[in-house]
Amino acid sequence: MAHAHKSGTVRVEALKVAAKAEDGRETTIVHEVGFEIARGEVLALIGESGSGKTTIALAMMGYARKGCAIRGGSVDVFGTQVLASSPSELRALRGNRIAYIAQSAAASFNPARTIMAQVIESALIHGSLTAEAATAKAKTLFAELALPNPDTIGDRYPHQVSGGQLQRLLAAMALLNDPDLVIFDEPTTALDVTTQIEVLVSFKAAIRERGITGIYVSHDLAVVAQIADRIAVLRHGRLAEIGAVEQMVSAPAHPYTRQLIAAASPVKRKGAEAAPETGEAPVLAATGITAGYGPAGADGLPRVKILHDVGFSLRRGETLGIIGESGSGKSTLARVVSGIVPAARGEVRLDGKVLAPALDRRDRETLRRIQIVFQNADTVLNPAQSIAQILERPLAFYHRLGAAARRQRLMQLLDQVRLPRSVAERRPGELSGGQKQRINLARALAAEPDVILCDEVTSALDTVVGEAVLDLLVEIQRDLNVAYVFISHDLGVIRSISDAVMVLQHGRVVEAGPTEALLADPKEPYTRLLLSSVPELRTGWLDEVCAGRGAAA
Amino acid sequence: MRDQNLGLGETVPEIAPAAPRLRLRLSPTACLGAGIVLAGIAMAILGQALSPHDAGAIVDTDVFGPMSPAFPLGTDYLGRDMLSRILLGARYTVGIAALATALACTAGIGLGLFAAVVGGWTDSALSRLLDALTSIPSKMLALVLIAGLGSSLPILVLTMAFIYVPGCYRITRALAVNIAAEDFVLAAKARGEGRGYIMLREVMPNMVGPLATDFGLRFVFVVLLLSSLSFLGLGVQPPYADWGSLVRENVAGLSYGAPAVVMPAIAIAILTIGVNLLVDNLPGRARAGGR
Repeated sequence: MAHAHKSGTVRVEALKVAAKAEDGRETTIVHEVGFEIARGEVLALIGESGSGKTTIALAMMGYARKGCAIRGGSVDVFGTQVLASSPSELRALRGNRIAYIAQSAAASFNPARTIMAQVIESALIHGSLTAEAATAKAKTLFAELALPNPDTIGDRYPHQVSGGQLQRLLAAMALLNDPDLVIFDEPTTALDVTTQIEVLVSFKAAIRERGITGIYVSHDLAVVAQIADRIAVLRHGRLAEIGAVEQMVSAPAHPYTRQLIAAASPVKRKGAEAAPETGEAPVLAATGITAGYGPAGADGLPRVKILHDVGFSLRRGETLGIIGESGSGKSTLARVVSGIVPAARGEVRLDGKVLAPALDRRDRETLRRIQIVFQNADTVLNPAQSIAQILERPLAFYHRLGAAARRQRLMQLLDQVRLPRSVAERRPGELSGGQKQRINLARALAAEPDVILCDEVTSALDTVVGEAVLDLLVEIQRDLNVAYVFISHDLGVIRSISDAVMVLQHGRVVEAGPTEALLADPKEPYTRLLLSSVPELRTGWLDEVCAGRGAAA
Repeated sequence: MRDQNLGLGETVPEIAPAAPRLRLRLSPTACLGAGIVLAGIAMAILGQALSPHDAGAIVDTDVFGPMSPAFPLGTDYLGRDMLSRILLGARYTVGIAALATALACTAGIGLGLFAAVVGGWTDSALSRLLDALTSIPSKMLALVLIAGLGSSLPILVLTMAFIYVPGCYRITRALAVNIAAEDFVLAAKARGEGRGYIMLREVMPNMVGPLATDFGLRFVFVVLLLSSLSFLGLGVQPPYADWGSLVRENVAGLSYGAPAVVMPAIAIAILTIGVNLLVDNLPGRARAGGR
């Protein structure tokens, strides 16, 4: 491809995007946004969900999602007026001069075709390279993106490579035509921290070597600080602030940017000192838990074993943080404790009394005392029930309250999770993510439990909203002396809320101990790897980590 | 501790004013369908009061009479008023079909929910059993049952209900299996809820829309099956007559171009099309089960 425009800028002016509601009313979701990107520069678009960051990124390709329409402004990509282009001109532009790297690589690849066939597809469609030349170039790119076996990885199918590899393969697909502008749409959000760091390193190297001009969409300031040159902060579809990374991180001007930065470094919500040994018996204890899925084999263990000999204990009013990457068995552990997945070996004790492994063998009082709050508030509340119905059910079920008493307690619960009482008559679909998570929590509180198992309760929420939910959790614990088992993949969250931490890997306990002591001086290499992989909000962190690891290796 | 209001300021104003929940907005097509269905129901209930003549009385010396001011839909093979006959027939066609569909759907939904929530061996056994029933052609099964048990109204209703249980079971089970895998059902199980509660309160409300559509379609099938049985002489027996029997009675008038044979057939067509129009155009919200 000829690169006629070696100089110039990407210029967006007064971009306006509107969304059409079902009843035909239009709401503007992007208001008069404008910015410039010089060649070879990466601009980060940052903001919470609904701030319009992805909408703007898509508008760079002249594309608006279903139900949305670009209503004004101009997008100039090195001399091409994108918004004024005809559909056929746009087709020639997309995947060729402007490339897009989607958030979910797993959803972006066709599972039925080999990776190579899909990576070189854009070159074949645009006729920029022959199949052989494209294959050769793809292999170079694979090597550049630090993918293992660059010569043969393309012959595999998408399910045969890991999530982090797939994300890099998607990047190779985007970079194949040497695009003028690359749009990274939250490319590492779905990845574990240790995987994220590998992907970030390879992205950064590619950006540096190829002099890529890019837009990096993310909600994670710490990630953006490693990759981008400048940051644009968006809020409610408006540009709040734009500036160089150092300046934004060290001296943010806009209050919202300051709020984002504050949320990115969680405050310590628990006292630094470990709780004194009072000799008090633990309210919840588990020993030797071995569990998994599938039919039991000859040894009485399930075919797919998830947890191996895991144990912990938890005292009243305390929080145990369980951290691990996806597949480490942390959610399974919560399910074993609640009885959803019966343990094959080991026992769970509540106030010293051994619980039946399976849910249906436990009595209602036991069930009441251990409540589980699931991760995804969008799916865990029945969409056909009102909030009042959802919250009143445990009151009737566990406490056998009458209608008037239920109503009164419902209002108390809504106050407790700081929601207006008017939400009682609404359906879950009418609430925001943070509000739904509060209802989810209120449902557990309705049972008046001794222990609440929180399974990734903040991971689906924006940082600012998630922080507010954490505040609420700590406040409730102080008032009700309830114990939490807090499961998360986010070390920052765990650090800010837990008294003790347990690190899980491949279903085994790697390390456990009081939060500060353990995190300040981790003994196990895996814990250290996990700790060092959490992005820090300062420029140059990524390079330091790489240098450190390179030296160690 | 951070300022609590920070998070609140973020979330509370997002609540839009509550939309009136009971307002059912129908598209014009759905309104047309609803009108036809309501007219059918009204005919079934008020038919006799509205009919200009006694449905059983021979009122005209002319058989297969043409449309006239006195007899708007002509007269039948004995010289009875056709409009009155059709109004009488509505009671049997709509009544039997509604009753049979209601029975079939109650049994089908009950079994389908049960199979989906219980799962495992029970689900497999129940599903295979009802699959076996589905494999027998419905008209043949109806003919055999009615030939064996004799034709009476209760037998007709039960036969048709029996024939349509498997279809309803299938669709309910398919919907319920998906809903039973949702997180909110898991949350209910973790709370310790029994199967009955999960079936009726957690799963059922999320499939009301598709099931209402299914009810309508099944009603149409029953109307058509009933009409064909009556046309074959196995359905509603004289002196009573549903629309299918009216066609059969007057089939000799076909060669004279008598309205008597065409009108009941048109009535069947209008009713089935009306039901189809209604169920195909139910508002999206109701169809998706209030989501």
